[in-house]
Amino acid sequence: MENEVVLLDLWASMYGMRVRIALAEKGIKYEYIEEDIWNKSDLLLQMNPVHKKVPVLIHKGKPICESLIAVQYIDEVWNDRSPLLPSDPYQRSQARFWADYVDKKIYDLAKKVWARKGEEQEAGKKEFIEALQLLEAELGDKPFFGGDKLGFVDISLVTFYSWFYAVETIGNFSIESECPKFISWAKRCLQKESVANTLPNSERVYEFLLDAKKRLGIE
Amino acid sequence: MEDLKLHGFWYSPFTMRVVWTLKLKGLAYENIEEDRYNKSPQLLEYNPVHKKTPVLVHSGKPICESMIIVQYIDELWPQNPLVPHDPYDRAQARFWVAYSEQLVPALPALIRSTTPEEKEKAVEMIWGNFKVLEDHCLADKRKFFGGDKINMVDLAIGSLLTVFVTAEDIKQVKILVAEKFPLIHLWFDNFKNAPVIKENFPDREKMVATLKPIMERMLASS
Repeated sequence: MENEVVLLDLWASMYGMRVRIALAEKGIKYEYIEEDIWNKSDLLLQMNPVHKKVPVLIHKGKPICESLIAVQYIDEVWNDRSPLLPSDPYQRSQARFWADYVDKKIYDLAKKVWARKGEEQEAGKKEFIEALQLLEAELGDKPFFGGDKLGFVDISLVTFYSWFYAVETIGNFSIESECPKFISWAKRCLQKESVANTLPNSERVYEFLLDAKKRLGIE
Repeated sequence: MEDLKLHGFWYSPFTMRVVWTLKLKGLAYENIEEDRYNKSPQLLEYNPVHKKTPVLVHSGKPICESMIIVQYIDELWPQNPLVPHDPYDRAQARFWVAYSEQLVPALPALIRSTTPEEKEKAVEMIWGNFKVLEDHCLADKRKFFGGDKINMVDLAIGSLLTVFVTAEDIKQVKILVAEKFPLIHLWFDNFKNAPVIKENFPDREKMVATLKPIMERMLASS
């Protein structure tokens, strides 16, 4: 039943994109509800009273909040196809570690670039590139972080790629020139339908970010 | 005999979570007490990304991040389960473990606070989180976050509260106020007296004696 799975989301959210990719990888039909984050719905406030944020996955009426928790939930419930996490407990712990690293670093460092100016922005650019280079080193020679196939870490990270154009434009720098391996990995992920159909147009994201900055009073 | 080594700081809430997990599962391990001012080369090799404790080393392979370690142990040794079996309950437990992260920044804020206003501000931060836990998590008056038995949420939050009550003595502030947060207060009592936790609960005076100089040094360097 399609309305058995509902996703409350924002088209530009790199967190929401993670859940959409996971649902697509598993071939799960769902109802997508676009939230206006500047005017949150009663449903969102009811389903995520603690954080009041998207994405929220709703399965049989019950909410699952936090994107990586929702991705793991999807993997565990629809465990008969396209595994997203490794089956080996040690490999699984490593996948969780790197997804956690992405969560700890990437958004905040990107924000330092798009929300700050001058020295702070320069420091942000440097730290952001360093984080991507660390991830490049972890990827090594593998096609994906998950090995031969798209996995949990790939899904947690590739969604930020849709924000790169915005970050590069505002920060006036090229990510590809510093992290070519990262870009070629991202493009490899985009060859997968689940990723290609989920990641929004980068210029649209840039417009969204400019608008968000205005609304938040960030120069 | 499993080859388990734990690199940690006995007084750190993050290390406590792993120690309690190992004890709850009845697992023997070698404890390697690290010096925060002089971390061992092995630790830096095992956790090059964050350079932090705890690190569990299982047959030579490192696992980092306390709650990732807890889930790893639970997956390999299912006795006294700490992670719910049902996927939805598991997602909820993971949510509250993730939420417990929100309590962490209050620690440095509390450490750096010197004036009454700064202390009040740091405590208010914690109280905001306590209210969420009180209203959303414990409202059904469950004994533990895990229900009748302890689960990983109890470990995540219990470890942080252990440090908060130590900070009460060091900073002369009241954080776990029973009148304001009766359910959390009751829960913490249940937690401290739970089997295995009770026998492995850090001594309050020892915690104060150890954390006081560490906090003073952090304050001096900030």
